[in-house]
Amino acid sequence: MDWLDNIIKTFFDFDAMWQVFPQLLGVGLVNTLVISIWATVIGIVLGMVIAIMGISKTRWLRIPARVYTDIFRGLPAILTILLIGQGFARFSQQLFGPSPYPLGILALSLIASAYMGEIFRAGIQSVERGQLEACRALGMSYGSAMRLVVVPQGVRRVLPALVNQFIAIVKDSSLVYFLGLLVSERELFRVGQDAAVLTGNLSPLVMAGLFYLVITVPLTHLVNYFDNRFRTGRRKATPPKSGLDEVEEQNQNSTTAMTYGSNT
Amino acid sequence: MTYTSPVPVTDGHFYEGSSLELQGLTMAYGDIEVLKDVSLTVAPGTTTCIIGPSGSGKSTLLRGVNRLHEPKSGSVRLADDDALALKPDVLRRRIGLVFQHFNLFPDHTALDNVALALRNVKGMSKKEAARVAAARLDEVGLAERADHRPRDLSGGQQQRVAIARALAMDPEVMMFDEATSALDPELVKGVLNLMANLAQRGMTMLVVTHEMGFARKVADQVVFMDEGRVVEAGTPDQIFDHPESPRLRRFLSEVL
Repeated sequence: MDWLDNIIKTFFDFDAMWQVFPQLLGVGLVNTLVISIWATVIGIVLGMVIAIMGISKTRWLRIPARVYTDIFRGLPAILTILLIGQGFARFSQQLFGPSPYPLGILALSLIASAYMGEIFRAGIQSVERGQLEACRALGMSYGSAMRLVVVPQGVRRVLPALVNQFIAIVKDSSLVYFLGLLVSERELFRVGQDAAVLTGNLSPLVMAGLFYLVITVPLTHLVNYFDNRFRTGRRKATPPKSGLDEVEEQNQNSTTAMTYGSNT
Repeated sequence: MTYTSPVPVTDGHFYEGSSLELQGLTMAYGDIEVLKDVSLTVAPGTTTCIIGPSGSGKSTLLRGVNRLHEPKSGSVRLADDDALALKPDVLRRRIGLVFQHFNLFPDHTALDNVALALRNVKGMSKKEAARVAAARLDEVGLAERADHRPRDLSGGQQQRVAIARALAMDPEVMMFDEATSALDPELVKGVLNLMANLAQRGMTMLVVTHEMGFARKVADQVVFMDEGRVVEAGTPDQIFDHPESPRLRRFLSEVL
């Protein structure tokens, strides 16, 4: 059983895993979550702007949104991260200091916003046209109608897709290490990788992988749960009832006189 | 929860409908003209029913009046104002529209459906808007359902919420676009009763309908449309008992 021993030593060396655990928890996990959550929040805000621009009647809003989306969805994440992270390094230094950390977040945000823009756009456009028309017929402005009625409905419909996007960001956040992070800024992958190089053993990386799974797997199941609930709804089956119940109720409740007797 | 109505709703509450006058109204979707040179006068406080086959331009006409779709040419006068010169949002506040498929806001309660535009458009406080909305719901017989969401209401109840929502804006004219076409047959009468009641209390109404009984009994004027034109207009007696044009006679022979 030599090969089994080998596999266990290479991937599941308990000592090596245990050694890196505190660093993964205290440094890696924290940074991964900070990067991912920031990128998600900025991505949501930018994505909403892109989505609203994308459904505008004005071509000069629609076209830039389209181009933006095409570019950041079309490029490999690593390329965007390197271009942004190194290209704007000097600019970032004046604002945030020497750390490339903020630029990593920015690059991830730009990528995320392109995807989220498409998600939001699909959600908003799936809301029946009658909703907007009902608002407009009441004298509400386009902006108010979108803000109060259409967008909230659209966003609710795409919540599962948004969670999926967050999962993608968590995974992509590992690419930020390319920009060269300070020791205290390392995310899960980098912490695992450093330990793996140091010990000449892959087990720390496996441990880092387990951390990713602890974040992503429960979220995946949360998405499925949401998805199911949205599809089937929360309604319980109700026994059949007579249409006359309501007619009776109407006749009792109605404060309006019955002026119009029959409709035949 | 129950709400008591602060306004007298039975006999005391009358509306002051305005006049509505269309002159040579022409509308198009792209290159296709769907409404051709329609002229129509609705006197204050009267009800005009528009009948005709699907695709004859009835709904388009209503959408032109409140400019959900901008007319291509012609004029619309609401009371003494040129409706096409007003800001669309201002015009729409003065004209209520009730849709075939209700178009209630699904994640708002009945009360919030009515209150939303009161707050957003009329700038009422939350409390004031809720008070007015409750009164309007009471008026359509739904005070007890104020905290229900649309999906927990029947079609008839939803449509009455939609009517309350439109009435809450204090419109000068109410327009109905096949308001009972999507309802359970047993619930149609209740909604028609409510509409008849509005008519009786002085609202100016422009009603697109397939309910010939309603048109005959409630309308002051009936307009028959086909192929985007007004074919014949007159009192219910003239239209239903003494139709002149062969097209209208044919239509009536098919539907009555």
